[in-house]
Amino acid sequence: MLMKHLPLLVRTVVAWAVTLLIVFPLIWLVITAFKTEQQAIAIPPQLFFTPTMESFAEVNLRSDYLLYAKNSVIASFVSTILGLMIAAPAAYSMAFFRTKRTRDILMWMLSTKMMPAVGALVPVYVMAQTVGLLDTLTALTIVFMLSNLPIMVWMLYSGFKDIPPDILEAARMDGANVWLEFLHVIRPLAMGSLASTGLLCLVMSWNEAFWSLNLSSAKAGTLATLIASYSSPEGLFWAKLSAASLMAIAPIVVVGWFSQKQLVQGLTFGAVK
Amino acid sequence: MNRLLPRALMAPAVVTLFLWMIVPLVMTLYFSAVRYNLMQPGPKDFIGLANFEYFVTDPDFGPSVWNTLLLLGSVIAITVVLGVALALLVNEDFPGRGVVRVLLISPFFVMPTANALLWKHMMMNPVYGVLAQVWIFFGGTPVDWLTDLPLLSVILMVAWQWLPFACLIFITSLQSLDRDQMEAAGMDGANPLQKFWFLTLPHLGRPIAVVVMIEMIFLMSVFAEIFTTTGGGPGNESTNVAFLIFKQALLNFDVGVASAGALFAVVLANIAAVFLIRLIGKNLD
Repeated sequence: MLMKHLPLLVRTVVAWAVTLLIVFPLIWLVITAFKTEQQAIAIPPQLFFTPTMESFAEVNLRSDYLLYAKNSVIASFVSTILGLMIAAPAAYSMAFFRTKRTRDILMWMLSTKMMPAVGALVPVYVMAQTVGLLDTLTALTIVFMLSNLPIMVWMLYSGFKDIPPDILEAARMDGANVWLEFLHVIRPLAMGSLASTGLLCLVMSWNEAFWSLNLSSAKAGTLATLIASYSSPEGLFWAKLSAASLMAIAPIVVVGWFSQKQLVQGLTFGAVK
Repeated sequence: MNRLLPRALMAPAVVTLFLWMIVPLVMTLYFSAVRYNLMQPGPKDFIGLANFEYFVTDPDFGPSVWNTLLLLGSVIAITVVLGVALALLVNEDFPGRGVVRVLLISPFFVMPTANALLWKHMMMNPVYGVLAQVWIFFGGTPVDWLTDLPLLSVILMVAWQWLPFACLIFITSLQSLDRDQMEAAGMDGANPLQKFWFLTLPHLGRPIAVVVMIEMIFLMSVFAEIFTTTGGGPGNESTNVAFLIFKQALLNFDVGVASAGALFAVVLANIAAVFLIRLIGKNLD
């Protein structure tokens, strides 16, 4: 490898410097969140100051942060659980009862994910408006679930496929029916892929911005829409913007750290190993 | 084992996805052929291809297609080149490598609206922004990013978000690079550059193709970043096709024209999708 020839010290310093440069905006966001508004826009920028929590309190007070957080939690968790409930049986069926058409079905599901969301904006908006679901969590949850469903089926399928069929044979010999088989044999073995699929979809729903910006506002808005409302002129209050952003992204960035591997698999549909 | 059960298990997923695909598509096809404005109630007359004509002859159409391609091309180029470089940099072990990897991936998990506002206000503000301060520190004149270079600003934001994604995929792929082969090449006198060119780069060919195509699909309809920062402006300088469709649909309330635009976007996306699906299909089984 090219990099092997550089002395360790040089490589370490360069890698750390580049990394800190790339994540600098995030570090700056965290620092600013603990400043007062005056400190936030001070010139030259202040690095040393007494941290304060006042912006966090202010955000909660002024913008109904908790309502948006609640909406985000409900929409992303319910859509993930609902999605798993629909995707898991399908993936199970495709992994353990393969037919000639399994491959075609998988490819077709993948192709539905390739549709740009904006292509469906008008019909989905008109439908939601017609049935009175605009600005409701129901609409958001359903749309999140649908747009993640292909990825869920794919990830679960590749997880289930790795379970050796012999185990199932043995269970069937012992007289287990499909339900018992699923409950006692597959489920424990598949917990890992169920969890990782769930985590990835949680991250994607939490961060989803296209549909939440277009289908929701004050009542069903998620954190992504709350942050968007800081566009202007509230955006000039940097400490509050930072505090609100930090509260919105921190939980999911942490979840993201734990789902890195699944992310590669899930987003590339298993094309990179 | 009866043969109905596997189908029954598959049915909910297949049916919901089929509806999710076909219902919007049929509606879009229908809307695109009728006169339909949410602000002008009245009969939905059939008007043939007039909506398409209107969308394509809109003075914003040409620039928005160009902006879409420019945004797509730049972000892909930046993320692939820097992604490979970064992946090589952190591929070999060094103190704190685990922490570096975790830090590097973080921007990818930041929601697009927070990402956009972080850059718009705190980095790119022409007076107080960090970039302005850096410019002044080095004796330059601060740039008013969002006014003077709106598209470049959006490109930077999106590239910042997607660089970790590309990098993570390349890191994963480098793990499976054949080390013995590398060593053999070294013994045969290949220099690091030759090793990179003849061994590493070919090994990364497939992941690069995957990254390019996945980014094509996701970045074709970049929306939140534009919506929260420039609003497509000034003028149409940072309007892409997705934002143009949004403007027609939810700002002008012209469902017909927006639907025509949506069909255009679907065709554009499918060109990329065909290649990706083939590549992934080859890898299946």
